[in-house]
Amino acid sequence: MVAHVIPQPLSTLETRDRPVNQISEFKFSVPVSTHEPAGRSVKVSAKGVTVHYGDKQAIFPLNVEIADKSVTAFIGPSGCGKSTFLRCVNRMNDMIPSCRVGGQLFMDGANIYDKSVDPVRLRARVGMVFQKPNPFPKTIYENVAYGPRIHGLSRSRGELDEIVKTSLEKAGLFGEVKDRLHDSGTGLSGGQQQRLCIARAIAVNPEVILMDEPCSALDPIATAKIEELIDELRENYCIIIVTHSMQQAARVSQRTAFFHLGNLVEEGETTQIFTNPGDERTQNYIT
Amino acid sequence: MAITYGTGVPESKATSSEEFDRRLRRRRRSEFIFACLGLLATSVGLFALAILVIDLAMTGLQRLDVSFFTNYPSRRAGQAGILSAWVGSLLVTIVTGLVGVPLGVSAAIYLEEYAPTNWMTNIIEINVSNLAGVPSIVYGLLALGLFIYGFGTGRSILTAGLTLGLLILPIIIVATREALRAVPSSLREAAYGVGATQWQVTKDHVLPAAMPGVLTGVIIGISRALGETAPLVTIGALSFIAFLPPSPITLEFPFISFAWLFEGFTVLPIQAFNWVSRPGHDFQTNAAAAGLVLLAITLLLNGVAIYFRYRLRKRLQW
Repeated sequence: MVAHVIPQPLSTLETRDRPVNQISEFKFSVPVSTHEPAGRSVKVSAKGVTVHYGDKQAIFPLNVEIADKSVTAFIGPSGCGKSTFLRCVNRMNDMIPSCRVGGQLFMDGANIYDKSVDPVRLRARVGMVFQKPNPFPKTIYENVAYGPRIHGLSRSRGELDEIVKTSLEKAGLFGEVKDRLHDSGTGLSGGQQQRLCIARAIAVNPEVILMDEPCSALDPIATAKIEELIDELRENYCIIIVTHSMQQAARVSQRTAFFHLGNLVEEGETTQIFTNPGDERTQNYIT
Repeated sequence: MAITYGTGVPESKATSSEEFDRRLRRRRRSEFIFACLGLLATSVGLFALAILVIDLAMTGLQRLDVSFFTNYPSRRAGQAGILSAWVGSLLVTIVTGLVGVPLGVSAAIYLEEYAPTNWMTNIIEINVSNLAGVPSIVYGLLALGLFIYGFGTGRSILTAGLTLGLLILPIIIVATREALRAVPSSLREAAYGVGATQWQVTKDHVLPAAMPGVLTGVIIGISRALGETAPLVTIGALSFIAFLPPSPITLEFPFISFAWLFEGFTVLPIQAFNWVSRPGHDFQTNAAAAGLVLLAITLLLNGVAIYFRYRLRKRLQW
């Protein structure tokens, strides 16, 4: 009865409760999942993460555990906080003066928002690929070599050449650019530029790769190539991808998280989210 | 079915009314009037400048020969030259650039990239923009009090360079900040994303991308400094100098000398002013010739800047 009179507060309550339920459920299932053949361990976990932009709250207390060596897709309508949360994972939000992050965000059990954590060190472990391909206005070689060089990952020119080559190979770009490594990276096509950005990210040898709508500026063929690439990279990295395309989430991810108005509504196996969502809002969004 | 010929584009209901025709004629007319006004405004400026240059050239061109550049000023107009003036201008400009450019660019980088946005930085920003409009004589008075009486640097090239360096500082800061602000944030994010520190982001990516704009600011500043007279007169630039400052390169160890920094000097605009204020037609000719040289140097500097900007932009393909 009461629920019909004041539906608004109740729905908020429900929303806030849900992630807590989720987390207890997940904890419960952790020992089970280690027996699964996939055997995914938790790489990143959020405990009560909140984000404010000035007075506006962009993310309400959020709990989630993100599995290693798999692809997790963040879906949800525009402005739901999925990109904001993604940018917490490599502390890219630090750049925005009005942005405040609360709660705890763990990577391998250590809180990355702890005072002792240097965001530069963190970003060497958490690579990022952006919505619009943004190669440096330098040569293809320099684009990939920049990260390893500033982190001192190579002791000689030969080693650096090797890192550039393997990174480009992993990004499926080496064959297309091997004869013009010293041409400008911005002269490539959009899809090639995005794969260059992926090569640039993996050249630093990160553990986590964040992708913020990496295909939204690309045509279907380039998108298919990137998706294939993401599927290959999954074996070695923890990948989190924000996408507006439900089909893409279904194609590339093993787990999916649905965000709505700054809340994480639910998170689970992708097949389960898409075939049998637990929440009405998810149901409404995916259909 | 009736077929009509010769009407061209078929008219819709909205465009076939008489009201529309009347309005369209009026719209076209006001467009034409503005184009005429614009052309007039442009030609007034161009025409005035052209007359100025042609007049200068007609008076001064005959005086431009090698001896004009290699002679010191003289009581006899025919033998007077601008050797001490152009050397003075060159040296003062070098010092000005060495003072103004690093200070201005660093300050701009700090204000734009590092400083937190609060009321303090807002006040600084407004004041820096205002400083660009402060009359140059005020800089002269400041320099007289601070450098000459305060630090005792004398009526020297160093004092002049420091003064003009301060004068062009706000120009360079404003231009550099504009250029830094125009660098897309996606470039910064890309660099932060691979784990660059703020300084690495700035020096490896943002500053190179902003370089064409920075260069424009530097050239505007230097051109301004080249033409300045008032602050240099205030700090006591001489108008008649029949010697050159000591060479910066010497034969004895350590082969470099900074004695020239502390010498008296004159610059081209002061020399020209000195000649203009003298009686006699011949000296007017000299003044026009000196003016031509000044104009040529300014145009040359701008040309060099445009060339470098073009080269840099070509290298920076987005």
